[in-house]
Amino acid sequence: MSQTNRKDGGLINKDKTLTFTFNGQILRGYEGDTLASALLANNKHLVGRSFKYHRPRGIVTVGSEEPNAIMEIGSGAYKEPNTRATVTQLYNGLEANSQNHRGPLGFDLMAITDFFSPMLGAGFYYKTFMWPKAFWEKIYEPAIRNSAGLGTLAKEPDPDTYDKGFRYCDILIIGAGASGLSAALTAASSGAKVILADEDFIMGGRLNSETTKIDGTPGSEWAKNAVDKLSAMDNVTLMADTTIFGVYDHGIYGALENRSSESRANSNKPRQVNWRIYAKRSILCAGAIERSIAFGNNDRPGIMLAGSVRSYMNRFAVATGQKVSVYTNNDDGWQTAKDLRTKGVKVVAVIDSRSISPVMGIQGAEIFMGTDVVDTKGRRRLKSIKLSNGKTIDTDSLAVSGGWNPNLHLTCHHRGIPIWNESIASFVPDDKAPPGMSVAGRAKGTMVLNDAIKEAHDLGATVASELGFKPKDLKAASTPVVAYNIVANWGVPSGKNRAWVDFQNDVTAKDVKLANQEGFKSVEHVKRYTTLGMATDQGKTANVLGIGIMAENMGQSMQETGTTIFRPPYNPVAVGAFAGRRRGMEFYPTRYTPSHKWSEEQGAVFVEVGMWYRSQWFPQPGETHWRQSVDREVIQTRSSVGICDVTTLGKIDIKGSDVSEFLNKVYVNAFAKLPVGKTRYGLMLREDGMAMDDGTTARLSEDHFVMTTTTANAVSVYRHLQFCHQVLWPDLDVHMISVTEQYAQYAVAGPNSRKLLEKIVDSKHDISNEGFPFMAAAEISVCGGIPARLFRISFSGELAYEIAVPTRYGDSLMRAMMEAGEEFNVVPYGTEALGVMRIEKGHAAGPELNGQTSAYDLGMGGMVSGKKDFIGYKLGLREELQRSDRMQMVGFKPVNKSDLVDKGFSMAGSHLLDLRDKPTTENDQGWISSSIYSPMLGCYIGLGFIKNGLNRKGEFVRAVDLVRGSDIEVEICSPHFYDPEGGRLRV
Amino acid sequence: MIINHPLLGPRDSEEFVYLGSTDLINRPTNWEEEASAEDFYQYQYIRDNIAGDHQELWYHEQGDQSWLVVSRNTLTHEITKVELAQDVARTMGRGK
Repeated sequence: MSQTNRKDGGLINKDKTLTFTFNGQILRGYEGDTLASALLANNKHLVGRSFKYHRPRGIVTVGSEEPNAIMEIGSGAYKEPNTRATVTQLYNGLEANSQNHRGPLGFDLMAITDFFSPMLGAGFYYKTFMWPKAFWEKIYEPAIRNSAGLGTLAKEPDPDTYDKGFRYCDILIIGAGASGLSAALTAASSGAKVILADEDFIMGGRLNSETTKIDGTPGSEWAKNAVDKLSAMDNVTLMADTTIFGVYDHGIYGALENRSSESRANSNKPRQVNWRIYAKRSILCAGAIERSIAFGNNDRPGIMLAGSVRSYMNRFAVATGQKVSVYTNNDDGWQTAKDLRTKGVKVVAVIDSRSISPVMGIQGAEIFMGTDVVDTKGRRRLKSIKLSNGKTIDTDSLAVSGGWNPNLHLTCHHRGIPIWNESIASFVPDDKAPPGMSVAGRAKGTMVLNDAIKEAHDLGATVASELGFKPKDLKAASTPVVAYNIVANWGVPSGKNRAWVDFQNDVTAKDVKLANQEGFKSVEHVKRYTTLGMATDQGKTANVLGIGIMAENMGQSMQETGTTIFRPPYNPVAVGAFAGRRRGMEFYPTRYTPSHKWSEEQGAVFVEVGMWYRSQWFPQPGETHWRQSVDREVIQTRSSVGICDVTTLGKIDIKGSDVSEFLNKVYVNAFAKLPVGKTRYGLMLREDGMAMDDGTTARLSEDHFVMTTTTANAVSVYRHLQFCHQVLWPDLDVHMISVTEQYAQYAVAGPNSRKLLEKIVDSKHDISNEGFPFMAAAEISVCGGIPARLFRISFSGELAYEIAVPTRYGDSLMRAMMEAGEEFNVVPYGTEALGVMRIEKGHAAGPELNGQTSAYDLGMGGMVSGKKDFIGYKLGLREELQRSDRMQMVGFKPVNKSDLVDKGFSMAGSHLLDLRDKPTTENDQGWISSSIYSPMLGCYIGLGFIKNGLNRKGEFVRAVDLVRGSDIEVEICSPHFYDPEGGRLRV
Repeated sequence: MIINHPLLGPRDSEEFVYLGSTDLINRPTNWEEEASAEDFYQYQYIRDNIAGDHQELWYHEQGDQSWLVVSRNTLTHEITKVELAQDVARTMGRGK
């Protein structure tokens, strides 16, 4: 039979039936249901197995505080574990599965752990699995992880879309219950920009769950009217199904909005939006969360919180049982009995731990005052309860209220410390809420609804006024005053029966006691030792109860015991929501050079460098190994001409009358006298004397310079230069701008590079060896008037140029140069060939500029000027950095030229040892930082660092690679392997 | 956090890069003296770990590339003052 527990009324749409499955069984619910209410309507109380003991567990609450009813929703890649059924809006086709059991939910094979529970108390794993030590990682931990825990992951990429958003307001109101709506009405009347957010998909908070009348109308109707009124105002943004999960600095709030759970498979609309809300002020009206009482076997399916039982009845028209009983220590518990009775549900007993007169009469119910529940029966569903007076009562649904805790979580995100309030037997916020946040209503501990409404109403007006708005003089809504009396009741000594404090983590009152006995006195230590208050619910229903038990154990006050620190997020937030659209290829921006399309047409293999896509090599038909392509590119460039896209190098335009003086301060070598029309290589250090970056700077005119940096450091060098200018030498007449993306730049290298360029560069420019010698620079024009910059610089060691044109001409220039070069058999070369040629020439690059190498270490000590101050000068002179036995950069080549050739890997990463030393850390003398096969030398060569290397040329050492398995004899040599005199540069 | 940029108004701290204390403005100028090694050492490495009001350098990398001096309480994150670093540097005697 379907929906046996469904009654009349409620805020559900019975005209719209929704079909869903639970553990494969097809069930029905209505629009407006949550998964939990629909399960209860179908009399499904048993919905999961507990974390540690695999105890049968049922739905306990009606909101995000739910400890038990956490499920896997969806299947395949869409599966999401640990989803709270109580906040999952029901939709057609929803698939839910219970988690943490082996075999069917009703007969969990792992339930055996429950019989061993005496051995599994607090901290059992710290004690039990001590020996042998080696067993921990391989045997104990996997076994524990396998048997304890929550849901399982889909293990596929999440196919859902998540998004991020930004919103701004004057006043953010958190919680849209009676208080939040009242605050919003007065605040919004002032014209202030208001955002009202609530985690529920229907606004109204507890009003939707109560029979309370406000201004004479049912609370849920009053709430709906208020929401309608607010939604008609232009200055109000309503955000339902949105949880404010964190309060950050300066009025920034994290908000998670759920959207479109239904049509996820067919929609690319975001499933969740992670909003960042900037609010000048906020008003917290987050209400209160009910807590339980620790009595024997208080965790059976069918035992729920009283306010939640009432919600299922009033809002979802679901009776949680046929014979309901209520156990309370406060007046509010009685309201549950009354509402159920009014709806025609049989209430068999009301048990109140207080020795006072009954709060009201409940028709047909036995009333027990000064009495407690001490034990329960019913493994998969509650059957009966046993009272402290020895009486047993048959009941299938027990509604428990241990009182209401103000929901002060967000007030503590900046280390606010809750204060114990004896009159309501709970913690209330202190006055250290995050700056800009005010609290009203039950979240503040104002438990009488009429007072809460008035308080929030006034606060909405006050906050708006403080921001300079003029709120209208509205009248606060009113409701009959209902007293909230409570006497704290943390639990009942239950003999051998376990009394659960934290359902999600299977922590009992005994565990807390044991922790205290073993010396864990701080609430934070008890939390970590017992796991009380951890996991997805973060102890929303459990913490205060646990603190109460601790306080009793240790004979101290609640205030002395205190709470653990509250931290964001308030509710679990999927990592996907933090990532938003930044995943896969959108994880960070992809940068393409202007001639990327051309490279694609050539079949280039790309590599990512500093977010850029660079051509690594250009395979030709018949080439089956990258080395074939790279060797060909090198040989063809060195024998004729090659072109390489070097657009990704950092480019900085620098103007002003003091630029040469400025460059003198940031480079180790002299720049003060760099003539117009000349380029100079420069090395930059950090202030600590270590190499930061290198590149060239050209002087295009008296006060106009252009600098290049390495691709990887383009951003950090520019930042550093701005620091040097703005912070260290603000009065220098220097103006900089990054033009990395404004210019496409190509290296044209090889003996025929000039001949090629002569066909591109407009003929009025003389680029002969005499007219445009090595290191010359000029602004020219190409292809009939296109502005360009030409530099005669060489990374390859050949006669070479770099030519730059505005970005929009990059693609055309590449194509024009390839066409012009056809007669010279021009070859495009990628970063691999570039690397081969730079290592053949002994140029340091990224692997050498690793942040631990000084100018001296790099063999560039001779460049360092002693006649000027520059960044890194003084600290670079420190004794330790001048020691001759430092690791210094030199070249290495195998004694046997054929070494490694058959292995197919280079020397890079090999460590250097004396010939007869064992390969140990103590004997390590250095390492090979860069190594490639040199087609020009016909063997592997490498750059690397070895102690006192500059003075050891000609010595033989071993290069040992224990990872890949090679051990070869190498000769220490000059890093300049190819054309060491540099004759090829100057022809 | 929100940094109230003196030229651009309130901007999210996500747009900025943090460097460190404004001690970094006081780069020694006595590089020619032997004894300045100690000064440079102090300048580069030695910082107070301040719990409270702290003057620090932030760079508006995703904005106008200004270096700013931000007065921030390291305990509360309250920001009481934001100035252009070049103005502060000049008042501290930096020039050419």
